[in-house]
Amino acid sequence: MIHNFDTVIVGSGGAGLYAALEASARSKTAVLSKLYPIRSHTGAAQGGISAALGNVEEDSAQWHAFDTVKGGDYLVDQQAAMILTEEAIQAVYDLENRGLPFNRTPEGRIDQRRFGGHTRNFGEGPVRRACYAADRTGHMILQTLYQQCIKNEVSFFDEFQVVDVIIEDGSCRGVVVVELATGEMHIFAAKAVLFATGGFGRIFKITSNAYANTGDGPAVCARRGIPLEDMEFYQFHPTGIMGLGILISEAVRGEGGILRNRDGERFMERYSPTLLDLAPRDIVARSILTEVRAGQGIRGDRRIDDYVHLDATHLGKEVLDAKLPDISGFCRTYLGIDPIDAPIPVLPTAHYAMGGIPTDVHGRVVIDREGTIIDGLYAAGECACVSVHGANRLGTNSLLDLIVFGRRAGQHIAEYVKDAPAPRPVADADEFARAWIDRLLDGADGPHGGAITDEMQVTMMEKVGIYRNKADMSVAVDQIQELRSRYQTVRVQDTGSRFNTDLLELIELGNLLDLSLVTAVSALHREESRGAHSREDFPERDDDTWLKHTLAYLEGDEVRLDYKAVDTSIWEPKPRTY
Amino acid sequence: MNITLNIQRYNPDTDEESYFQQYQVDVKPTDRLLDALMQVKRFQDGSLGFRKSCAHGVCGSDGMRINGVDGLACKTLIKDIAAHDGDTVTVEPLRHLPVQRDLIVDQQEFFEKYRAIKPYLINDEPVAGKERLQSPRERMAFDDATSCILCASCYSACPIPVEQPDFLGPAALAQAFRFLADSRDRATEQRLAIVDTEEGAWGCQNHFQCTRVCPRSILITKRINETKRMIKQSKEKESS
Ligand SMILES: Cc1cc2nc3c(=O)[nH]c(=O)nc-3n(C[C@H](O)[C@H](O)[C@H](O)COP(=O)(O)OP(=O)(O)OC[C@H]3O[C@@H](n4cnc5c(N)ncnc54)[C@H](O)[C@@H]3O)c2cc1C
Ligand code: SF4
Ligand code: FES
Repeated sequence: MIHNFDTVIVGSGGAGLYAALEASARSKTAVLSKLYPIRSHTGAAQGGISAALGNVEEDSAQWHAFDTVKGGDYLVDQQAAMILTEEAIQAVYDLENRGLPFNRTPEGRIDQRRFGGHTRNFGEGPVRRACYAADRTGHMILQTLYQQCIKNEVSFFDEFQVVDVIIEDGSCRGVVVVELATGEMHIFAAKAVLFATGGFGRIFKITSNAYANTGDGPAVCARRGIPLEDMEFYQFHPTGIMGLGILISEAVRGEGGILRNRDGERFMERYSPTLLDLAPRDIVARSILTEVRAGQGIRGDRRIDDYVHLDATHLGKEVLDAKLPDISGFCRTYLGIDPIDAPIPVLPTAHYAMGGIPTDVHGRVVIDREGTIIDGLYAAGECACVSVHGANRLGTNSLLDLIVFGRRAGQHIAEYVKDAPAPRPVADADEFARAWIDRLLDGADGPHGGAITDEMQVTMMEKVGIYRNKADMSVAVDQIQELRSRYQTVRVQDTGSRFNTDLLELIELGNLLDLSLVTAVSALHREESRGAHSREDFPERDDDTWLKHTLAYLEGDEVRLDYKAVDTSIWEPKPRTY
Repeated sequence: MNITLNIQRYNPDTDEESYFQQYQVDVKPTDRLLDALMQVKRFQDGSLGFRKSCAHGVCGSDGMRINGVDGLACKTLIKDIAAHDGDTVTVEPLRHLPVQRDLIVDQQEFFEKYRAIKPYLINDEPVAGKERLQSPRERMAFDDATSCILCASCYSACPIPVEQPDFLGPAALAQAFRFLADSRDRATEQRLAIVDTEEGAWGCQNHFQCTRVCPRSILITKRINETKRMIKQSKEKESS
């Protein structure tokens, strides 16, 4: 079936919904989402959204931008970071005005707390910048935006999964979609398409990400010649629940929680004397792993799954109940412990993609080092790379990114579609998707996807994880290639049409494999250590050669790499100490 | 340990009626039921249909009936539903909503009822480029209701829709309370009119089943009773 819209938004997390609110007010807009909107993973975000409101202590957007740049190990585009932090303030007020129930100060203002890497006066000490609603800030953002969409009668196509994007003559014409309920294939022709499909933590074994976080947007774009930017920078959050990867927010440390090794030592004193447990995530994650490798984990056996303790026992029941209730609940449910009585066993968990679909500050997709744009193609949120997170994102800056750049993209789209040519049908636009799906469904004998998924996740976790080196990553690239060729033989077990989740999951697996390959190849070639990308064989940051963004083009089974300049127009790169 | 999952199946393409199918799975007592379901889906039978996403009880995708009790598969640990090796766990779709496939139900009606209570802040007073003030006390007045993930467990647990299919149900009523109790909202009368009906708050007969199953520990029945009190108070005010 063919549908015609001005604007199609793919994804209904924070980024998609904010863009939808803007775009739908001024253009005929459809929001497609493979999940019901309120099931999006934005709802899992816990700790907060940062903005220099200065409600509890002095703060400024400039300090915030500087922290963002330094936190990102100078791979951040600096003017974009200024936009992020300057627009943050009004963005948070807007959310409040639209109904978001933030926690409050005694004066009735939005309360703020500390988060990793956020400092006053260019690094002097921690600052309270994270606005929060208990430890379910993302849930509240998602709910508030969804509620506003209901109020504004935005049209949703729920459980519609995008499998391809239509690009012709340098402009985007629409998307190809499978409807879960019927198995029917749809073409949504549009003047503008925004991808807001979120992250892809599911390339790794242990992750804080949802099953649905399979990077469909970046994978679909990559197969259509769009490069992916800075894919080697993948953030491991220091504190996931041991074995499960469920996130324990940095807010626990923001409220005073302390990481301890087997001797009970506050080991962050040795790694980050100024910010201690609130150092940026890459640093804390490496510190934990270094402790574990030195036999200082809780078991002390130096094995990769040894862990450390996050001690919140001294925070008091009142703080845990009022400010960290959900996290306390996760500990009770999944670990059978109460953080008031016992420390939480934690290990780094794959968390956030700094890289993604390259965009400018209006969300327009940029396809090369010269800044060439595909008309009508936009991206925002975690699947995009503006880049405001550089080599390592600061906590609370992602929710902010969704709101600021989701809004900007929505506004730009509304303007763009006014004069853009009406969407034209493209002959056989669904040919590629049909061939793919027909193969999966053709009833031939073939393995199911479970084992391939497992092997991919283990390979990426072990060989393209926190610490990396050439030998491991070369093996990883070969293994992923091998899995990609095995994928060609995979077949569904469910050949039906209605609610064929088997089929849609296998399509997602194809996406994950492509992104694993791009990630591993990008990482293998960056011969330096910067932010989340830590090379054992190249332990130093090398600004002379590597102060540049990677652009990775997936060309069949090959990945071609190019690079583009970083905007360092405000602050000169300096060594990064905390 | 080894357990049997006894799962209600239904495929609209091929089945006249639903039936039960058994799967043996090898699980740890601390695994989630969702882990066991994923094991079936990935390694035994890809055709098993169920929804899931976050896997830790925050997205509301995997509400189902587990040994007759409504809840989230990802928040239910095996040890809490199967004590011994060889035990059987029965898994069925949520009640009161049409089954679309296996454990997947049509949530349309559930969301329509949610939308019916105008689930958004209504306040047209101008704001001066900043936040609206709200004291911590005012904020906490509706705190628990804000954590609803619209998983529909309560809706399935509630006995009322059996006799009264138009009943808005616990989740929608709890969300009505969430806005009624928000000091920033200005649509009290509009919303009270919606819930001051037999399909609304007065449909609730204090069975407490919703409160018992809510995976977010929302005191739903209590919030509905508070709503009933608000209705009465507003009427008393009117008549005095
Ligand atoms: C546990 C956790 C805690 C976090 N806490 C914080 C925090 O405190 N502060 C902070 O700033 N950041 C936090 N983050 C990061 C932040 O939450 C995410 O980066 C952000 O929410 C991503 O939002 P999004 O809108 O880009 O994508 P998502 O919210 O993931 O939404 C993606 C959307 O795309 C849709 N979609 C995907 N693929 C398709 C397809 N093929 N077809 C159609 N639709 C599709 C999905 O249905 C979904 O609606 C946290 C992340 C996690 C995992
Ligand atoms: S009130 Fe509780 S049980 Fe009901 S939908 Fe909300 S979270 Fe689920
Ligand atoms: S999968 Fe999200 S609530 Fe269970």
